[in-house]
Amino acid sequence: MPVLCSSCSEKRAVLKRPKTGHSLCKACFFWAFEEEVHQTIVAAKLFRPGETVGIAASGGKDSTVLAHVMKLLNERHGYGLELMLISVDEGITGYRDDSLETVKRNQQQYELPLKIVSYEELYGWTMDAIVKQVGLKNNCTFCGVFRRQALDRGAIMLKVDKICTGHNADDVAETVLMNILRGDIARLRRCTAISTASEGDGVVPRCKPLKYAYEKEIVLYAYFKKLDYFSTECIYSPNAYRGYARTFLKDLESIRPSSIMDIIHSGENLSVREGVKMPVQGTCSRCGYISSQALCKSCVLLEGLNRGLPKLGIGKHHRLHEKILSQQPLTEHEQRKLKSVDF
Amino acid sequence: MLHPDGCEICADGSREAAAREASPWRSARSAFWKMKSRGSSAGSRSASKKCVKCKEELAAVVIRAGDAYCRKCFRENFIHKFRAMLGKTRVIFPGEKVLLAVSGGPSSCSMLSQVQEGVSQNAHKKLRFFPGIVYIDEGGALGQCKEMRQKTTSELCDMFRSTGFPFYILPLEQVLDLPGSVLTPSPPSDQPGSVYKAAVDLFLQSGDSSSDGKAEEQECVSLPAVQESHTRLLQQLIGSAQTLTAKQDLLNTFRQHLLVHTARTRGYSKLMQGDSCTRLAVKLLTSISLGRGAQLAQDTGFSDCRYGGVTVVRPMREYSAKEIAYYNHMFKVPSVVIPNLDTKMPDKASIQRLTQNFVTKLQADFHSTVSTIYRTGEKLQTAGRGSSAAEDAERCVLCVCGLDTAAEEASALQATLISEQLSQSSVPVKPEPPANVGQCCSSERPCGGAEGTGDCCRSSRDHEATDLRSLLCYSCRRTVRDMSSVDRLPQYVLSEAQRRQNRSAMKEQISEFLLDDADENN
Repeated sequence: MPVLCSSCSEKRAVLKRPKTGHSLCKACFFWAFEEEVHQTIVAAKLFRPGETVGIAASGGKDSTVLAHVMKLLNERHGYGLELMLISVDEGITGYRDDSLETVKRNQQQYELPLKIVSYEELYGWTMDAIVKQVGLKNNCTFCGVFRRQALDRGAIMLKVDKICTGHNADDVAETVLMNILRGDIARLRRCTAISTASEGDGVVPRCKPLKYAYEKEIVLYAYFKKLDYFSTECIYSPNAYRGYARTFLKDLESIRPSSIMDIIHSGENLSVREGVKMPVQGTCSRCGYISSQALCKSCVLLEGLNRGLPKLGIGKHHRLHEKILSQQPLTEHEQRKLKSVDF
Repeated sequence: MLHPDGCEICADGSREAAAREASPWRSARSAFWKMKSRGSSAGSRSASKKCVKCKEELAAVVIRAGDAYCRKCFRENFIHKFRAMLGKTRVIFPGEKVLLAVSGGPSSCSMLSQVQEGVSQNAHKKLRFFPGIVYIDEGGALGQCKEMRQKTTSELCDMFRSTGFPFYILPLEQVLDLPGSVLTPSPPSDQPGSVYKAAVDLFLQSGDSSSDGKAEEQECVSLPAVQESHTRLLQQLIGSAQTLTAKQDLLNTFRQHLLVHTARTRGYSKLMQGDSCTRLAVKLLTSISLGRGAQLAQDTGFSDCRYGGVTVVRPMREYSAKEIAYYNHMFKVPSVVIPNLDTKMPDKASIQRLTQNFVTKLQADFHSTVSTIYRTGEKLQTAGRGSSAAEDAERCVLCVCGLDTAAEEASALQATLISEQLSQSSVPVKPEPPANVGQCCSSERPCGGAEGTGDCCRSSRDHEATDLRSLLCYSCRRTVRDMSSVDRLPQYVLSEAQRRQNRSAMKEQISEFLLDDADENN
């Protein structure tokens, strides 16, 4: 006996929504998905008419769906936005060069301008070279920190007003869990915010329109709309700490599908006690980027790479900032500690 | 890791030689420990490892990597932590009656032995409160047979009797007979913290030699006879929850209600629970996963004031489960193994079980996991207004915490509601023809629904379910959604819910005449 769509009650249901468990037909699902993203954008007042918005595109499913939905909603509801694609090339052979081909195809399909920034031209290092020096355990730190700055640099080059990324509900829930496991109170407070604060000259505010969309629904959407995306995991990711949080979240979802939204709800309602020390936003003395320390993290990491001390930047290193700034050489003991890397 | 006849973990050389003769297994194990600690500190063999505190005795136990203590120092440290926890928080006043909630497990039995030692010491370091013990027998909810329950309770009875404190053994079935007042925070009778020092001085001046006379006569309480019908009702209540997660959540809630009620009726102003650091870390992650972020500080903090007159304190929160296990083993603290709803269940049977496995496994690879999670929890506080000032209507009917269901703009709750709306038919289903009108409107309880719109004519189940939802916090709503029928909830919950609905309906009717800051807490 065919199950009818629970929304229109006319057509046959072809899928079951992971988020609510209702059975829907294709058209109603598309409409529900797009309408939810639209409501998120409107309720959080993410954009203003006339703004230029950069879509961070990696060629993966989240950013492909994001580009598609943004273009669609921009036309359907008349946001009045000018959209562009920004892509970052980390220099991971076998992974990033393939996904960049997907982004170029997306550019032609959606007729949006595209800008690619690469680590090589910005920092002089590719991820492959970094992994050779750092090993497989802490490389995600380098990639993440560099990518954030790369996106901002790309956005400034293109003169966009806002960046939007394809972070979905699963990503936000994982981040909440990870910040608890790592004890990072400052990030815990900020990570459920849908958009970042917009102060500072060197920084472009960024937002997550897909914040309340489940990863499985994004895949369902892309599948039924026959969107073209690149679906391989980063080859360096298996050893990341985030993997633990991800496995836990997937298990939670299998027990109770609403737990992803429950975790986001918990994260939004956390409040930190008074008197807990929080970092203060300032600027980096070397490159002028925003930073809560004297030197921003990417300057510290780069310094470590250039001097052959891969562990500089991993772990506590505040006391060494003055030394780095004034170009003093580090002592023997410090050098030995920072050099040791376990593969 | 713990040998049956009590050998210490890194014994000295001479004892090792004897052990080697004694049994090959034992020697293999001690050789393993020697090998393991050979890698740790700068080249010293474990056999000659000194206690890090007194630096004289040989180390007997290693708690964290690098922290090796001898028996004496370990014991001192353990006892000191307990006293320091009570002392620095200044929550327990001298002369107060404190109820110890003992589940029979290692943490709560360890807490019991600490209190026992503390109360019986010489005057100057003596713990100055009057303890009582309570044990809740949950065998009915688990489906245990009468003989098993009797056996467990008589074992615990003997243990409690030997302490000399008054003790109460209650079956969980009594939760069905609780009054609705359990869900309302009673006015606190505590003095505020600033008066702590004055209270201590006063107590000392009045001479605490009278304290022995004040201790109640120990009541010999055997397990009260439990009616079969009550057990069946309880099982139906637990059985109405479809998922194990919801079952465990409900069980915890009702157990807590019964404990608070016992404390209130017997005149205890504090309730001590024996949650260890490991247990609290798991509870924190579980609470986050269940949507209890707003109530985290109350669930896992040192003191929990949501019940008003009775404050729940957790003095064992700085002990890891490992420490407690070592202490209980080395100093022969008795405890009983009692099964739980998720004993012997597979890993993914419930969220609580999954989280426990996750944290334990992660702790094995990253030794700082539990303490990091614990420290993170310490830095959080209860969101929204202070629990003492909130009115009845703004508290959850089940967990008595503040409500966190104001669906603000751009929040997860609002997004969920929108998704529900969009996935369902936009045409409202016509309500059932009013066959229930006569019944519903003529029943004794006045109908809370607005007059004339037909709201009160929906089937009674929907009526109760949707109305109950508005009185619950986010995670209790989720739990109740897993229940097949709300009617199975105990009467006190349902009648309290009805009372609150009536009051809010009344308030709505007279809202235009009420001035701001009308004081409802008399």
